[in-house]
Amino acid sequence: MPKSDGRLEQLFEKGHFVVTGELGPPKSVDVDLVKEKAGHLLGCVDAVNITDNQTAIVRMSSFATALLVQGQGLEPVMQITCRDRNRIAIQSDVIGAAAHGIHNILCLTGDHQCFGNHPTSKNVYDIDSIQLIAMIKAMRDEGVFACGEEIRVSKKADVKPPQVFIGAAANPFGDPFEFRVIRLAKKVAAGANFIQTQCIYDMERFAEWMKQVRNRGLHEKVKIIAGVTPLKSVGMAKYMRDSVAGMMVPDSYIDRLNKAENAAEEGIAICIEQMQQLCEIEGVAGIHLMAIEWEHKVKGIVEKAGLLPRPTI
Amino acid sequence: MITAERKPFDTVYEFARRHKKVLVLGCGTCVTVCMAGGKKEAEILTSQLTLKARQDGVDLEVEEHTIERQCDREFFDEATQRKIKDADAVISLACGVGVQFCIEVLPDAIVYPGVDTKFYGATIEQGLWSERCGGCGNCVLEQFGGLCPVARCSKSLLNGPCGGSSDGKCEVNSDIDCIWQLIYDRMKKLGRLDELEQNQPAKDWTTGRDGGPRRILREDVTLEANP
Repeated sequence: MPKSDGRLEQLFEKGHFVVTGELGPPKSVDVDLVKEKAGHLLGCVDAVNITDNQTAIVRMSSFATALLVQGQGLEPVMQITCRDRNRIAIQSDVIGAAAHGIHNILCLTGDHQCFGNHPTSKNVYDIDSIQLIAMIKAMRDEGVFACGEEIRVSKKADVKPPQVFIGAAANPFGDPFEFRVIRLAKKVAAGANFIQTQCIYDMERFAEWMKQVRNRGLHEKVKIIAGVTPLKSVGMAKYMRDSVAGMMVPDSYIDRLNKAENAAEEGIAICIEQMQQLCEIEGVAGIHLMAIEWEHKVKGIVEKAGLLPRPTI
Repeated sequence: MITAERKPFDTVYEFARRHKKVLVLGCGTCVTVCMAGGKKEAEILTSQLTLKARQDGVDLEVEEHTIERQCDREFFDEATQRKIKDADAVISLACGVGVQFCIEVLPDAIVYPGVDTKFYGATIEQGLWSERCGGCGNCVLEQFGGLCPVARCSKSLLNGPCGGSSDGKCEVNSDIDCIWQLIYDRMKKLGRLDELEQNQPAKDWTTGRDGGPRRILREDVTLEANP
């Protein structure tokens, strides 16, 4: 029985190799910008992640942006972090999202608010990402809220649970490395249907992590989508390496960008190579292409990686 | 212990200069150990305030007194109460508990906080204190090899490290140990890694601050129960 009526789940069911994208909501009520970004991604990705105030910077909410994107014919993956909302607010949003036909929810812990533009704010972390997955699964499959109450308006009414496909993230590059596959196993046990990884630059470490994933048979229980982000410049590569916690960018890529006449083009070439390598790894069920503020490059990248046209349902 | 840090001198001086006669009241327990508000700090602050007032030509008399604990009625002896009453205001160097309790013992007293109360912590080395407990009211230490993710993980995560754990440090600040790295290492050493694979359910926070201000009532030790 399907978990949702979504395209993403159906493509997995049919055995397709999926491509997901990412769309960062604007720091204003710029609806046109959302539509423009969605336009670049339409037809190039099967679903698009809508980030939830990423890096703790206030933006249009993931819920509202997801609705706008959906209106453009793209299937959203609404992200929910545990940083800003407690279990009451989150469950309310899950029901609201499902009511609006949002089929996919990605469960995240969330970046600490110290990284963002409101570092003096209080955080919530009432529940963690694994508890969030379990909570949404129980809402969907058992029709109950976190408190145990049934999701219905009265004892005589039908239980009307949110039918959503549940996603989670994995960072194979965080420490302790040996715990990373345990974290994944816990997310699978909690009820994750698909996983999107942190952007991969260290292919060797990713391959090692995937080996651990296969050893535990986790790739058979959950769809693993490998994350990539094209490097736009040497500066960005160094920033990713030095300033983003748990991110490893090998020197070989930085050398290539340094030597290239056009670093941006070289970054895209590297990204395409990576996508092709990732397709070959057993247990990788798709690519999550996070072209940050580079949505207009997505079509070319997906095309050159041999992943266009996207399948229809 | 409850740790604290001295408030900036200028802030405390601003409190003091609103009055003619001020008592600096030190506390002999936690804040003495963390060198923020014991007898020594009370003496130093008294000298500083007196000197600064004299330089500024402000009419201010400052006296100093330290008691064993400002969170216990029995230590507010007659001499202490008289000193408080004689002063126009008190600058308490106790934690926030002591400041408030001083007012509860002597409701007419004006009491200012002289320190910023920080956390439940331990002395790591001379001059370095670090948080260990969040007072959540439902201790989970046994499950994590004696290391607390509620107080010591920046996100209070109960199911393992977030993606920001790097080289044993927290994404928030490289001065902070990632407690999940330490939990992992310790549980591995204890041969208990399998326990970390169990999913921890959402925590009931009602035993902590989220249940509203807390109190403990032990009927077996109240005076009414033991006539």
